[in-house]
Amino acid sequence: MSVADKKIGDVLLKVENISLSFGGVKALSDISFEIREHEVLAIIGPNGAGKSSMLNCINGFYHPQQGTITYRGEKRKQMKPHEAASHGIARTFQNIALFKGMSTLDNIMTGRLLKMKAGLIASAFYKGPAEREQIVHREFCERIIDFLEIQAIRKVPVGRLPYGLQKRVELARALAAEPTLLLLDEPMAGMNLEEKQDMCRFILDVNDEFGTTICLIEHDMGVVMDISDRVVVLDYGRKIGDGVPAEVKNNQAVIDAYLGVQH
Amino acid sequence: MLYRESGQYKTTYGADQAIFTIPQDRVFFALLMLVAFVGIPLVATNYVYTALLIPFLCLSLAALGLNILTGYCGQLSLGTGAFMGVGAVAAWNLATRVPDLNLVVIFILAGLVTAAVGMFFGLPSLRIKGFYLAVATLAAQFFLPWLFVKWGWLTNHAASGVITVPPLTLLGWSIDTPMEKYLFALGVVAILALGAKNMIRSNPGRQWMAIRDMDIAAEIIGIRPVVAKLTAFAVSSFYIGVAGALYLFVYLGSAEPDGFGINLSFQALFMIIIGGLGSILGSFLGAFFILLLPIFLTRVPPMLGFDLSTALVSHLEFMVFGALIVFFLIVEPHGLARLWQITKEKLRVWPFPY
Amino acid sequence: MAFFLEVLIGGLMAGVMYSLVALGFVLIFKASGVFNFAQGAMVLFAGLFFVGFTELGVPMWLALLLTVGVMVLLAGVIERLVLRHLVNQEGIILFMATIGVSFFLDGFGQLIWGSNVRQLDIGIPTDPIFLMDGEILIQSFDLWAALVAGTLLAALVVFQKTRTGRALRAVADDHQAAQSVGIPLNVIWIIVWAIAGLVALVAGVMWGSKLGVQPAIVSLALKALPVLILGGFTSIPGAILGGLIIGAGEKLAEVYIGPLFGGGIENWFAYVLALGFLLIRPQGLFGEKLIERV
Repeated sequence: MSVADKKIGDVLLKVENISLSFGGVKALSDISFEIREHEVLAIIGPNGAGKSSMLNCINGFYHPQQGTITYRGEKRKQMKPHEAASHGIARTFQNIALFKGMSTLDNIMTGRLLKMKAGLIASAFYKGPAEREQIVHREFCERIIDFLEIQAIRKVPVGRLPYGLQKRVELARALAAEPTLLLLDEPMAGMNLEEKQDMCRFILDVNDEFGTTICLIEHDMGVVMDISDRVVVLDYGRKIGDGVPAEVKNNQAVIDAYLGVQH
Repeated sequence: MLYRESGQYKTTYGADQAIFTIPQDRVFFALLMLVAFVGIPLVATNYVYTALLIPFLCLSLAALGLNILTGYCGQLSLGTGAFMGVGAVAAWNLATRVPDLNLVVIFILAGLVTAAVGMFFGLPSLRIKGFYLAVATLAAQFFLPWLFVKWGWLTNHAASGVITVPPLTLLGWSIDTPMEKYLFALGVVAILALGAKNMIRSNPGRQWMAIRDMDIAAEIIGIRPVVAKLTAFAVSSFYIGVAGALYLFVYLGSAEPDGFGINLSFQALFMIIIGGLGSILGSFLGAFFILLLPIFLTRVPPMLGFDLSTALVSHLEFMVFGALIVFFLIVEPHGLARLWQITKEKLRVWPFPY
Repeated sequence: MAFFLEVLIGGLMAGVMYSLVALGFVLIFKASGVFNFAQGAMVLFAGLFFVGFTELGVPMWLALLLTVGVMVLLAGVIERLVLRHLVNQEGIILFMATIGVSFFLDGFGQLIWGSNVRQLDIGIPTDPIFLMDGEILIQSFDLWAALVAGTLLAALVVFQKTRTGRALRAVADDHQAAQSVGIPLNVIWIIVWAIAGLVALVAGVMWGSKLGVQPAIVSLALKALPVLILGGFTSIPGAILGGLIIGAGEKLAEVYIGPLFGGGIENWFAYVLALGFLLIRPQGLFGEKLIERV
């Protein structure tokens, strides 16, 4: 499938003039970019460029001192992470953040909690509404399990899984919430070539089949150039490039940032 | 060879989500319940009821409550004793001030009162974690027993400060022999344990465990930490409150309200560490173990010809408890419950180890 | 006014004793991230050994030396049997392990030396001193205690500047990084637990001479926990200041507010004060604020 066939829609999320600092250290300064519906946007940049901080701002974990984030046409107040989640923003983490004491299935079901309603009392009785709800959502989670090909590890505590599978379970957990916008923080870090290929396929399939908008951070340029519709480049907390992969590849500022430049 | 699951297929998600997915486990559990409700009453003596079984049931319920908070939600509490006291004092006040109130209603209300108090002292957990929280719960542990003593109304201005439980009746059944008390306690504990198991395996349990395992990730996938932590405090305190009420009503009979001290808190904590953090079965195993150990230490050495003084035994008890805590935390943080599980897994493939 | 001052000074002096225990906590927490619940039991343990040795007719200086030996040995044993096996565990697990250690020491100390209250007289004068024309009374013992605490504090501050002290701080920041630059983790832990043991010994001797060496010291030492909350878990000045605030606060509260509630609020005032403080400033007066990352 080529980029051209894809139905890229309106602006889903708009970041305007975001600045974030910790004490005296500026992590992000004056960043603006847009994420459009159904696209795969990659954020790249050298280590410490502020990529993860940017994702943290989008899903409400950090609160930028300046600037606004507009999501689905609505200007967002300082939002808590769980509120962002309930608005359909899901994410995975650079350092895997699974619930180690729980099984794969339970991790995914936990990702589904936003869609589930049974409260304390109903759950304590279990029979009746709570059980029906568990079964309905279990079916949905099983679809994700099939989709990501992790049937065999359904009941295995995630702490025992190898790294690559943990990354996949984390993606499954994020998908369980049926997000509109999926933020992936280095989904392929530390993987071998085969695992990377699998992960690329899953990301593209998610984008394609569920129409999920994806914003990912990645260091592997090959992957970025292959799967993303657009690329935003950050360096030292500033945006130095924004455009389709081919454009960015030839952008002098980007090349300088990656290769270093003599002053 | 009997413990096998090959050839057993589950065809619905409902069946896969049952508490006991293996029929042999169901049979075993049914037998266990049969022994508890019928077998024991046929053979047990009053001494066994009052010295072992009744306190075992009360304390396992308290341990279960603490396990919900600490084992499942990861919030350490050293206030179990005080919360048991809240349940006991609340139940006593309801029983003496509101005549003819149904015993079950008394226990539920006492649990709810404790849940409210527990939530109040759980508020700091929204900002602090780990041992900071432990210190905050110590505030409850020292403040509440003081309140029971100083606020005369709570003990109906009893001159001695001792509260004595009125005779118990439930729908015309008068509960006064040790056996009846045991059965009543067993019923309460069984129902509440089932409720806990159900909560753990569905939404509330997943929320709690998510907060325990990684609170930041939990919040980012949409779990509200406020809700998850406060419900854990509420449910946990409810259980501990009911346990306290049971402890007073069917075990102690009468007590000084400041007797619900920090020792009980430590006892409950030891039960869940030894029994298994994050395990309902573990709460029971741990309670059993912690209750048996002192009995063992007082009875066995004389049989072997050693005559140990009471003081010596109590010091030994401290040492053994301390050493066991460290041992379990190092070797098997999931406690006796995990050992049981490993045994079952081994049994599944026995006699072929692989 | 004079009465107020007397209560205040009495409270501050009691606070010094809390600070002595809190110091031990802070040292270990700073160096190993372990919240050592057993510090109170270590105070009793050290006190029991010291008083036990002197009762056996051992001269004071030798008893002190022997007890120092016992505390260093204890540090080694704790490192070998407990800490080493729990290196990368979460803080809460380590905390619970130290509760186990606390119970063990509590039982072990009493198993050897019995659980009677033992008088300890190390020759600190106990005559009252009158200030402001006899209107204010302070115990000279309390002044000595303050002096000892001050000396200890100065020694610790100097120690922080030494090579070993720097290594300790490196270990506190990041175990693995410290190991990778060649700091022997195990040795550092033994050193820090041994120092905490010495601090416990000082506290045990001071408390013992004031109240007699007795098991109740362990629960009194629990008061060091709110002190830490107030002062911050990583700050030595915080431990001192926190101790003074708690000591003075609870005495003043007992005298001025206590009667309104029928007295006895000294038992919980410190904890409730700490609880309130936690809600306003969780990192304590001098603690560092952490930035969370994902």
